[in-house]
Amino acid sequence: MASLYSASTAIIYLTTVVLLLIGSVSCTELTFELPDSAKECFHQEIQKNTSVTLEFQVVTGGQYDVDVILEDPKKSVIYKQVKMQFDSHTFTAQHTGVYIICFSNEFSTFSHKLVYMDLQVGEEQPLPGIGEHVTALTQMESSAQDIHKALVQILDFQTHHRLREAKGRKRAEDLNERVLLWSLMETAFMFSILLLQITVVKRFFADKKSSAPY
Amino acid sequence: MDKFSIFSVIFLISLLEFTNGLYFHIGETERKCFIEEIPDETNVIVNYKVELYDPRSGGFMPSSPGIGMHVEVRDPDDKIILSRVYSSEGRISFTSHTPGEHVICMYSNSTAWFSGSQLRVHLDIQVGEHAVNYGDVVQKEKLSELQLRIRQLLDQVEQITKEQNYQRYREERFRQTSESTNSRVLWWSVTQTAVLIVMGAWQMKHLKSFFEAKKLV
Repeated sequence: MASLYSASTAIIYLTTVVLLLIGSVSCTELTFELPDSAKECFHQEIQKNTSVTLEFQVVTGGQYDVDVILEDPKKSVIYKQVKMQFDSHTFTAQHTGVYIICFSNEFSTFSHKLVYMDLQVGEEQPLPGIGEHVTALTQMESSAQDIHKALVQILDFQTHHRLREAKGRKRAEDLNERVLLWSLMETAFMFSILLLQITVVKRFFADKKSSAPY
Repeated sequence: MDKFSIFSVIFLISLLEFTNGLYFHIGETERKCFIEEIPDETNVIVNYKVELYDPRSGGFMPSSPGIGMHVEVRDPDDKIILSRVYSSEGRISFTSHTPGEHVICMYSNSTAWFSGSQLRVHLDIQVGEHAVNYGDVVQKEKLSELQLRIRQLLDQVEQITKEQNYQRYREERFRQTSESTNSRVLWWSVTQTAVLIVMGAWQMKHLKSFFEAKKLV
């Protein structure tokens, strides 16, 4: 009995080890700057039949849009969006290999964009020791697990809220700067126009006076 | 084999695991930056691995001992928290002391003058409660499964609280910016009207004296 238990736990540990080695579970969140007329590509090795979720959002820049292309190892396009502001795409990997996600800002000539990307490969890794239960979970453990799932969701909502708020805030800061710049420029412009007016009018009368006597 | 030796084996192997994570290509002299917007007192762990393009085999050499990566971390006030050259494989951790946008920049320390060859960079950035390694915790503190789960829940709730605090701070900044824009617009319109009136009056006075001097009036 004891040897059977230790054999099954050994098998489960080995499976975890193998899974870790082939990297079938990961969660990567990155925020990067995409310069104008540039394309940034990220590669990820994914195993077959893994559920993958790609999420992206444009935080600042231009019209807040970006082109996204997702290619599988056979170089066929799984997911393509043109000038999208934010989206979430879930798919199951059909082939084992390197998947390529490209963000393109090539349509824009002078606005560089700040893009947030979240790639979730596979299910969340269970806590060490929790995964290898031979018996069912107790009520305490299962409600702790439910709380954990709910908290993961809360953190996810917080991230989305932060991104939306960052977008609004950066826009407001940009507006603030532009108002200052424009008001100074306008005042300077107005001064020069008014001085120019006086100079031009004076010149009219000066010419007329000098050509008067004959 | 006892439980803790197995955990240590898993822990060691999980260190290798990130090499199969996300990767991207940069030129040798290129600089790549990532931005993390985080609340204060948050741990960030950056794992990276760099491989050099091998023109002989057409692929990337799995271990390239010659290259180093210069990693620079800046805090929201643009002050440098961390600026060091690491080897081709590294693990960097830092804790934020001010809330806001931290910029993590990396570039290779190659001395090439032009763009040189391609580098493949495997990168993994873990923030806050993702940065905690529970295998480590269970080993050090000898916790039961339920205790470990409760520890994880506590870490998550702490992260949520920090993020909420940070959100309050951000919202205050947003409000300040909006009020500043409001007062700037008001001041500008008042100033512009005043300038127009003053300049108009000056213009008329100046022209009048000019015409009187020219004996046209």
